[in-house]
Amino acid sequence: MAFDAQAERKFNIVGTRVARPDGIDKVTGKAAYGADISAPGMLHGRILRSPHAHARIVSIDTSAAEALAGVKAVVTGADLAQPEDEGFADVAINCLARDKVLYDGHAVAAVAAKSKSIAKQAIRLIKVDYEILPHVTDVDAAMKPDAPVIQEGRALETVPAGMSQNVTTHCQFGHGDLDAGFAKADKIVERSFKTAATHQGYIEPQACMASLGSDGRGEVWCCTQGQYMVRANCAAVLGVEESQLRITSSEIGGGFGGKTSTFIEPVALALSRKSGKPVKVVMTRDEVLKATGPTISSSMDIKIGMTKDGRITAARGELRYSGGAYPNATVDMGAQAAFAAYDLEAVETVGWNAMTNRPKEIPYRAPGAPTSIYAVESVVDELCQELGLDPLDVRLMNAARKGTLSSYGPTFNDIGLVATLEAAKAHPHYAAPLGPNQGRGLSCGFWFNFGGNTCVSLNINDDGTVGVVEGNPDIGGSRASISMMAAEELGVPYDKVRTVIADTSSLGFNDITDGSRVTFAVGLATIEAARAAINEMCRRVAKIWDIDADAVIWEDGCAKPAGPNAGIHPPMTLAEIAAIAGNTGGPIAGHHEVNADGAGVSFGVHLCDTEVDPETGATKILRYTVFQDAGKAVHPDYVEGQMQGGAVQGIGWALNEEYIYGTDGRLQNAGFLDYRVPVASDLPDIETVILEIPNPGHPYGVRGVGETPIVPPLAAVSNAVSRAAGVRMTELPMSPPRLLKAMTG
Amino acid sequence: MKTIPVETTINGDSAEFLCHADESLLDVLRDRLGMTGSKEGCGTGDCGACSVMLNGRVMCSCLVLGVETQGAEIETIEGMAKGEELHPLQRVFLEEAALQCGVCTPGILVAAKALLEKNPDPTDTEVRYWLAGNLCRCTGYDKIIKAVQTAAAEMRSA
Repeated sequence: MAFDAQAERKFNIVGTRVARPDGIDKVTGKAAYGADISAPGMLHGRILRSPHAHARIVSIDTSAAEALAGVKAVVTGADLAQPEDEGFADVAINCLARDKVLYDGHAVAAVAAKSKSIAKQAIRLIKVDYEILPHVTDVDAAMKPDAPVIQEGRALETVPAGMSQNVTTHCQFGHGDLDAGFAKADKIVERSFKTAATHQGYIEPQACMASLGSDGRGEVWCCTQGQYMVRANCAAVLGVEESQLRITSSEIGGGFGGKTSTFIEPVALALSRKSGKPVKVVMTRDEVLKATGPTISSSMDIKIGMTKDGRITAARGELRYSGGAYPNATVDMGAQAAFAAYDLEAVETVGWNAMTNRPKEIPYRAPGAPTSIYAVESVVDELCQELGLDPLDVRLMNAARKGTLSSYGPTFNDIGLVATLEAAKAHPHYAAPLGPNQGRGLSCGFWFNFGGNTCVSLNINDDGTVGVVEGNPDIGGSRASISMMAAEELGVPYDKVRTVIADTSSLGFNDITDGSRVTFAVGLATIEAARAAINEMCRRVAKIWDIDADAVIWEDGCAKPAGPNAGIHPPMTLAEIAAIAGNTGGPIAGHHEVNADGAGVSFGVHLCDTEVDPETGATKILRYTVFQDAGKAVHPDYVEGQMQGGAVQGIGWALNEEYIYGTDGRLQNAGFLDYRVPVASDLPDIETVILEIPNPGHPYGVRGVGETPIVPPLAAVSNAVSRAAGVRMTELPMSPPRLLKAMTG
Repeated sequence: MKTIPVETTINGDSAEFLCHADESLLDVLRDRLGMTGSKEGCGTGDCGACSVMLNGRVMCSCLVLGVETQGAEIETIEGMAKGEELHPLQRVFLEEAALQCGVCTPGILVAAKALLEKNPDPTDTEVRYWLAGNLCRCTGYDKIIKAVQTAAAEMRSA
């Protein structure tokens, strides 16, 4: 759907900072999240998890748990279906293991009991006999031919023969003559990098309440980024039909990609089917960290050649990602994103995924991109330092722009990278003085953005108000943005529109809330649904005025005659048309169903000043500024919020957050005390500069904004720390002991 | 396990409940009294989403046993607005978009209110350190700190 190329369209509502519709409930404690509802007769579910990194399950004896007073059901993997589809089969064995446990925290069995404490007691009575197997948690070790094999026969055809069976993916992107390119370089830097796995760290643990009858009809209330995804997974894993499951998404207490999969809902349904009662399952924080989605861990080699005046002549990257105990394609996205910010004559990116005894990787905000771009942007910064060049000028000189053949294949349309770099260069932050032990770092960031399957219904109510029904859980204020776009298009005040999120039985299929797609794709579908409703209202008015439908236009929330030839008729407002809809043909609504493309890629640039403490290795973030192209910022407060929140998650990734495994393959820091996310006192203000380079694929020019902000901080912080400390850092996180070691040799 | 009767005052109303000796105040509030505004993010006192006022001090209600609150005065997020009238902090959080998912918001509001009662004119650094026990993963804290300062200024001039 094309951008409305009206010269300087003036928006009335889009671009303002209106109150969000879910706000009052959220500041008064009324908003209902995953764990906040209960049902009469409800049981409490609890899951037994593997204490081993890798082991064969010899036997499971549930008899003592079943005999405990108050226990109403016990389930194991044998109670779930065995889907033929590999993706659903992975979900099933991740919900409850069958033959082997693949990581510390892998679910093995579950109970439903009358109280939480009985459920807790009961899982301790389940006896699991394990045969412990050798394990591997490091990606480089897992790729060695003699590494313990996590799952057999999972490699794609693209993986060359003779490698470890843990290697499941091999991908390659690029163009041009690398050898010729490197030969032209005055300086070549080649470095290896490692990054630790990090967790999305949403504050609300996964929670659900589920009910399933012996007739296969069920209901689930859960916190998820996609109720239709939960439905598909539950149907496949329980062996029931999708039409018989109704999934309602609760308010969601953070997701960041981490709630795009299913861990507990099928287990709760299986417990409910067996016990005949509704079952509530709420994960503990320890379970969240051990068994739900961390992002990938990585090991990467980057080689870039540059002329002495700053032109990149060739670039190559090799990425090795581990997405845990299951195959995944995150490395493909990392490889595609790695060099996206640059206009390159010769570039190649190679990616590998290897399985390890870690939990199944689940997307985390721009999955795959932060790590590969961290490595690339670190090498670019080192080249600038070595050659005595301004890092912003070098990026401007090499920046991808409209017409650039991207490193991953497509040719870019209108993109905002150059404007974003120029804004950074002009900002006072870039010229501010630095003191001793201080350094400034910067990085570009990129994300593809997605569109996807979307379905919207827009109802004109009889009192002249408007109801929008959409199918994507709201994780960052999207209901406000959707209402704003509906109001803008219809020409009615924002507060006349209410947007609600449908359960799976009330609206057609929608892809999950991911890929920064909601404001773009749901917005686009809402605008089209509004236009369909407008067409219908014009048709009704044409009937009343007894003129042709195309002689009626819609302007300022009213139907009007198109011109003098259409006759003299006083405008009819939406409310007037709605009030008499029963007499003109019945209720008025607009619908739109689309698999949206044209999402429009997004670029950002981050500037970061740090001060390092030479005695402790601690890093303080002194100043941080985010520049990002939003296409059109529908609600600027929430665009800024995405930019600030993503930046701070990236700062955590750069400085503190890390999955630490012991030699026994067990996670050492499964709690917020030891898995340390940034707190308020760690941070300065996060300044934001929104740029608006319209996306040609959206009628208002909107681009997704949610994911790009987590991409640049890793390198921006690392480059600042490297310059402040006088030593090039190549491993994340740069925790105080690691930095101190680097500084003191 | 036997239940134990406990008498407290919650948000100004007397509240009596029965609970087991090992039940946290947070479980009592959520499961026995239906007050689900206080959230459990960790259960170990690290995230602050369950913050309440207990006898005038901010506490993680997950770290307090229900039976310990005999005779105590408890304030929760549910008591912050007076009927339809939001507390200035609640209103400014909405006006300045100081929340995204909102799950940390009740705890942050309870903690911020306690700060402003103690120190009506804090510096940004004081606000940041006071709220260091309340994790927010969505906002990067920027708009939260600014909203607390806006509300503080408003409350000082009221």
